[in-house]
Amino acid sequence: MLDFIIYLVIGIIFVVGSFAAAYFFSPHHPTDKKLATYECGEDPIKGSWIQYNVRYYLLGLAFVIFDVEAIFLLPCVLVMKSLGLIAFIELAIFIFILVLGLAYAWRKGALEWI
Amino acid sequence: MIFYFLAVTLILSAILVVTLKNIFHCALFLIVAILAIAGLYFHLQAPFLGVVQLIIYIGAIMVLILFAIMLTSRISDRLLQTASRQSIPALLAVIVFILLALKSLDKTPLPAHIGKNFDPILDLGRALMTAYVLPFEVVSLLLLVALVGAIALARKD
Amino acid sequence: MIIGLIILLLKIAAVLVFISLTVLFLVYAERKVSAHFQVRYGPMRVGWHGGLQMIADTIKLLLKEDITPKDVDKLVFFIAPILCFVSAYLAYLTLPFSPQIVVKNLNIGLLYILGVTSLTVLSLMMAGWASNNKYALLGGFRSVAQIISYEIPLVLSVLPVVMMAGSLNLITIVEAQKSLPFILVQPLGFLLYLTAAAAEANRAPFDIPEAEQELVAGYNVEYSGIKFSMFFLAEYVNMFTICALAAILFLGGWQGPILPPVIWFLIKVYLLVFVLMWVRWTFPRLRIDQLMSFCWKILLPLALANFLISGLWLVLK
Repeated sequence: MLDFIIYLVIGIIFVVGSFAAAYFFSPHHPTDKKLATYECGEDPIKGSWIQYNVRYYLLGLAFVIFDVEAIFLLPCVLVMKSLGLIAFIELAIFIFILVLGLAYAWRKGALEWI
Repeated sequence: MIFYFLAVTLILSAILVVTLKNIFHCALFLIVAILAIAGLYFHLQAPFLGVVQLIIYIGAIMVLILFAIMLTSRISDRLLQTASRQSIPALLAVIVFILLALKSLDKTPLPAHIGKNFDPILDLGRALMTAYVLPFEVVSLLLLVALVGAIALARKD
Repeated sequence: MIIGLIILLLKIAAVLVFISLTVLFLVYAERKVSAHFQVRYGPMRVGWHGGLQMIADTIKLLLKEDITPKDVDKLVFFIAPILCFVSAYLAYLTLPFSPQIVVKNLNIGLLYILGVTSLTVLSLMMAGWASNNKYALLGGFRSVAQIISYEIPLVLSVLPVVMMAGSLNLITIVEAQKSLPFILVQPLGFLLYLTAAAAEANRAPFDIPEAEQELVAGYNVEYSGIKFSMFFLAEYVNMFTICALAAILFLGGWQGPILPPVIWFLIKVYLLVFVLMWVRWTFPRLRIDQLMSFCWKILLPLALANFLISGLWLVLK
């Protein structure tokens, strides 16, 4: 744990240190135009913190479900060699149930983008 | 030392989550809180749980929450209402939770006994495949229900 | 105690130096490879065949003005590149270059690398959101959507390897391939891994998040100077990480005759890096809907089938 903390802290120091070095070496001449939000030369209309597509949320949900599945499978596959066929059948049932979910999502068009 | 640092970080960021006015910043402090919990797991020598905390909570659930935030309309100009009129039900829930936690703490034999060839991940896998195989399959069913429910809700439009 | 600390610090310094040099080399290689694929020369002026070009570019990036636009969320804008680089760098805590050359050999090494690299997603989202720029936010969203989608086939394609090796420790996984590398028993798994990994690293043909022609540059459009270079650095570090993981999981890591282990390992990794570059400069970019349906309708079912078949084969053997 301590090794990890040292490793992490040095990594952060490396980044912040290079920021500091760049701050020291680089010029600073801010102008209004330079600090404006970049939109290919147009003046931006309003901010960009607005409502986005529900598509992303659905995708996130599907991801959470399959990610949890993958993490559940992980400790199980480690012992599969020693437990043999019975463990495989249990895992196959687990996956089969989730494949049902995938098939449902496919059928309902939840996997289509837009 | 490490424990107190993590605990203080956890509590402070949890307080900030519920008091900050900018919803995106709230989410970011929730991430800090989750990271602190992952750190606690590592500190308690449960690295598997710690990494799962990273993968599931940070990599998946927080992404979902951030997507959900972007789904709400005009997040930037509306300030969050941080006070709530439902303080009494909340208090009740907290009391119930504390009682449950104390009860389960009471039932756990401490310090926990660790066998000689103890390997957290292998033992977890073996337990899931033998003693707890039914809950394991039910988890899959639960995930299926969650997926179907999510699709049904979103498809209504 | 003190000696252990000094060794640790030296190892960390070695990691940082190695990361920086590798990125310099990878960027140079990418420019040269892409040039030769398009029958050009690429950088030729600075040094022999442009060999010093990258050093000149690094100095230039350090000397460029670092602009923080006035509408951004200052704190998040500052943290995002740090998080992006750190999450890529954390993987090297346990990435072994040979049985001896590793900072710290973790028992859950593979899972640890998957965990810390998943932090990248957050940094992209933070960068996109903090910029308060429509291109950046859209690019960040697309990056995140793509990375999380391809994470599932990635993890599933790795599971058979874990199953055969019976361990998450990267060194043990390599030792398990003493007689034959896993690519020979897992050819489909290897292909799935490489495809998903290319998408994870936002490599073409899966580079819709930074599609220059439509989104300008994606999540990092408002970044300049040193902050931009951190994103750039992290991207190439990630590319090396996924190729190194592929070499460890499927190609037998550092095992090979005559040459020392580290050399074998680097040969395999750079070969894979070359394959990724080759793919990038050969195939056109996928549209976002094609990208998503390719992941969910082709890769995911294939990965599940591959997992089940190799599981059955393993228990019946």
